[in-house]
Amino acid sequence: MELPMSARRASRWLPWHAIAVFAFLYLPIVTLIVYSFNGAGVGGFPPRNLTLDWYRMLFADDAIWESVLNSLIVAFAAMAISLTFGIPAALALDRANFPGKALFRRLVLLPLILPGIITGLSLSILFHDSHVKLSMLTIVLGHGTALISVATTEVFAGLQKLDRAQEEASLDLGANYWQTFWRVTIPNLRLSIIGAALLIFTLSMDEIAVSFFLIGRDNTLPLEIWGRLRRGITPEINAISTIIFIFSLMAIVSWYRLRMNAEKRGLAM
Amino acid sequence: MFSRAYRAAITLPPLLWVAVFLLVPYALLLCYSFWSVSTSQTIVHSWTLDNYRELFRVNVYLQTLFRSMWVAARVMIFSLLLGYPLAYYLSFYAGARKDLFYQLVIIPLWVSYLVRAYAWKTILGSDGVLNTLLQYVHLTKHPLEFLLYSPFAVVLTLTHIYTPFAVLPIYAALEHIPRNLVEASHDLGASPSQTFWRVIFPLSIPGVLAGATFAFVLSLGDFLAPLLLGGPSGIMISNIVVSLFGAAYNWPLGAAISLCMLLLVVSLLTFSEKLEKKWSFR
Amino acid sequence: MATISEPVIRSAKSGVRALLDIRNVAKSFGTNPVLRDISLQIAEGEFLTILGESGSGKTTLLRIIAGFESANSGEILMEGERLDLLPPYRRRVNTVFQHYALFPHLTVQENVGYGLRVAKLPKDEIATRVSEALAMVKMSAFANSKPGKISGGQQQRIALARALVNRPRLLLLDEPLSALDANLRRQMQVELKSLQREVGISFVFVTHDQEEAMVMSDRIALLRMGELEQVASPREIYSRPATAYTAQFIGHTNLLRGEIKAGVARCNSLSWRVGLPEGPALFSLRPENIRIVNSETGPDIDVVSFRGRIRHQAFHGATELLQVLCDDGLTLSVRAATRETRQGELHLEFSPADAVLVRESPERG
Repeated sequence: MELPMSARRASRWLPWHAIAVFAFLYLPIVTLIVYSFNGAGVGGFPPRNLTLDWYRMLFADDAIWESVLNSLIVAFAAMAISLTFGIPAALALDRANFPGKALFRRLVLLPLILPGIITGLSLSILFHDSHVKLSMLTIVLGHGTALISVATTEVFAGLQKLDRAQEEASLDLGANYWQTFWRVTIPNLRLSIIGAALLIFTLSMDEIAVSFFLIGRDNTLPLEIWGRLRRGITPEINAISTIIFIFSLMAIVSWYRLRMNAEKRGLAM
Repeated sequence: MFSRAYRAAITLPPLLWVAVFLLVPYALLLCYSFWSVSTSQTIVHSWTLDNYRELFRVNVYLQTLFRSMWVAARVMIFSLLLGYPLAYYLSFYAGARKDLFYQLVIIPLWVSYLVRAYAWKTILGSDGVLNTLLQYVHLTKHPLEFLLYSPFAVVLTLTHIYTPFAVLPIYAALEHIPRNLVEASHDLGASPSQTFWRVIFPLSIPGVLAGATFAFVLSLGDFLAPLLLGGPSGIMISNIVVSLFGAAYNWPLGAAISLCMLLLVVSLLTFSEKLEKKWSFR
Repeated sequence: MATISEPVIRSAKSGVRALLDIRNVAKSFGTNPVLRDISLQIAEGEFLTILGESGSGKTTLLRIIAGFESANSGEILMEGERLDLLPPYRRRVNTVFQHYALFPHLTVQENVGYGLRVAKLPKDEIATRVSEALAMVKMSAFANSKPGKISGGQQQRIALARALVNRPRLLLLDEPLSALDANLRRQMQVELKSLQREVGISFVFVTHDQEEAMVMSDRIALLRMGELEQVASPREIYSRPATAYTAQFIGHTNLLRGEIKAGVARCNSLSWRVGLPEGPALFSLRPENIRIVNSETGPDIDVVSFRGRIRHQAFHGATELLQVLCDDGLTLSVRAATRETRQGELHLEFSPADAVLVRESPERG
């Protein structure tokens, strides 16, 4: 609901501020996209010589695509781990009481707010001391662990909106806990889980801080881009960034649509 | 309502995973901070407080820490200054387009951090978009050097990254304010600006605290932006840690610094939570 | 169509302007007309209830008076000056909101003193007035509590105190009792009424509950689909409803449809003399005005007699409501004192004076 009409006269600078902030937020993104077509390369103003050259270079660049593949593998694996352990964690926080619950909650949510490098380097110490070689596996374990908190947060929020009475009805009608879990709880959490999955996937694809310490021979996409940046800016990077942006955009728009649809149909989130 | 088997099934697996992959590593971190590195580049497992002494003895560590905190503080302030009016606009003025604007705020969050930081690099460089634009319209004759490879660039980039993080909790808090409270305030004679400061703002404080905490803590521990855009004057505490685990090879010292950061973050979070509780009127 | 009631007669006679003069106010939300051409005057010191079903526009009218909505046309004057041109924070009008709208971050005392602080009154004056207001609603003991910790009924009193402490010219109450349980509600009705008498301020009370309206008001303004159906005192509106809708909305009634020809009203097999013009007619007959008699009385021009059988008996405590099927097929509601059993056929009668001629209520688009 909006402010009463009497208050709307008051602030005329607010919309301008909003526009300015949106401009600030989107300026870099727009610049990237525009300059990915810029014939003269990375800098300079105004952009000229519209060209698709950088995209052509990009598509011929094997190393980048290898890293994309690696990132995809890691993202899906991390998704699996985070959901497998994050969903029960959310349930446990919501429904069970056990010694050390407060510590558990803190621990699970810590990687969300703690600088990624701390999680990354403490894991690298673990692997080092257990003589586990750094590889894709260690990256997967790192991402999975760091992103459990995302799954837990999303699912926990969804659980708050879940109507307990539905589960009680299921038990009343003869289903046991396990059946109720699969037939009632999980379907109601569908939207939270999908949202969490999308978020985990996107975060994993972009993850650098944790990966930095756990990387073996195979690069993930962000680390590949990172490596090139150290050597100097190439317009190819603009091209791959634009592509990443488009995919992120599609991901969030589809998630939002899903959510809006479900809310319209009155499903629990 | 739930059987013991069910509760065990949902509690044990995550508990075990978290114990192995979070608790143990942090414990190891703790241990390492009390060990030392020998001249032959091996870790010596003897207990010592040397690392912590080093932290306070050598100026550069504390200096960098304070500089990082100062950067984080500025990012926090700017994010709030930019983010609060935006959240307010969304919640109270946007009407039918509220959803659309909310999506517009979230989208940058989902675009790669690296990509965005890199974009600022192309904008701020001496050959970059901003400088060439300024020269093109004859506002400046030479490129402005301070734009890139400076704390300014770091603060600017981090503000850009974390403003949406500030907007979201403030927006959520504002949405929770029942609109009849605003009407009641007007009814009792308070003008819109009086209403904002006496009713709306106090009730939005938990959101402001959450947003401020995110912005501060995440900026404090950031290592990418300083590395890409900070230059020598923009080094932050995380960069030191990274180099100690890399080229400078002193894991114990790095662990000590990390542990200090961890303690700092945890105490900030606890403090912020307490404040939030005090200001929440559910 | 407003029937003039006492407070207004008084002020009209003494030449004093009405406190609030609503002139031809209309309001639409988009293409949906919510209020059409409302004109109403509110006198000093009167308790006026705006009564209506949900969707009738009553809350919108209240919000327009308070200043939270603006009318599309028409004007509102308070003591001769244009009220509708002022924002809500400059009107000498205060509102008691439906869900109280107490500020959760302030104590009870701070809530009550809010309007006074905003007006920058001196601190000691604020303190005095706040404690007076709290005493008036009997909530002095709760001065330092937070709204979240007190019950609904108590919150309602605080909302009242918070509004009244500002000494408004007019107090608006938006269904303030709807969230309370029945007993508390009845108690609050009495308290509110006596409070209004004590304070002497005009109250404009919005409700959908017609019993509540009848108990509390000096006058009732019945609103239907955005138009005023009738404005009159409770007794007047009950015994002389102007339209079929009014007759049915307030209390129970029987609607008798018939025709008037040559001074005689005829509804099915019932007929009686009336001094009304010819044409189709609709009469409202209250169930309590139909009497059960022991035997058929002789033809008597003062009484309309008929017979009927009981179809249904509903127990209402002191009285019961009977559905009686008459010989000619008409079913009438009859209210009678409770009896253990009633046998088959009854003799019934009513006085022609109790059959009130009412207008049809037109369908409004």
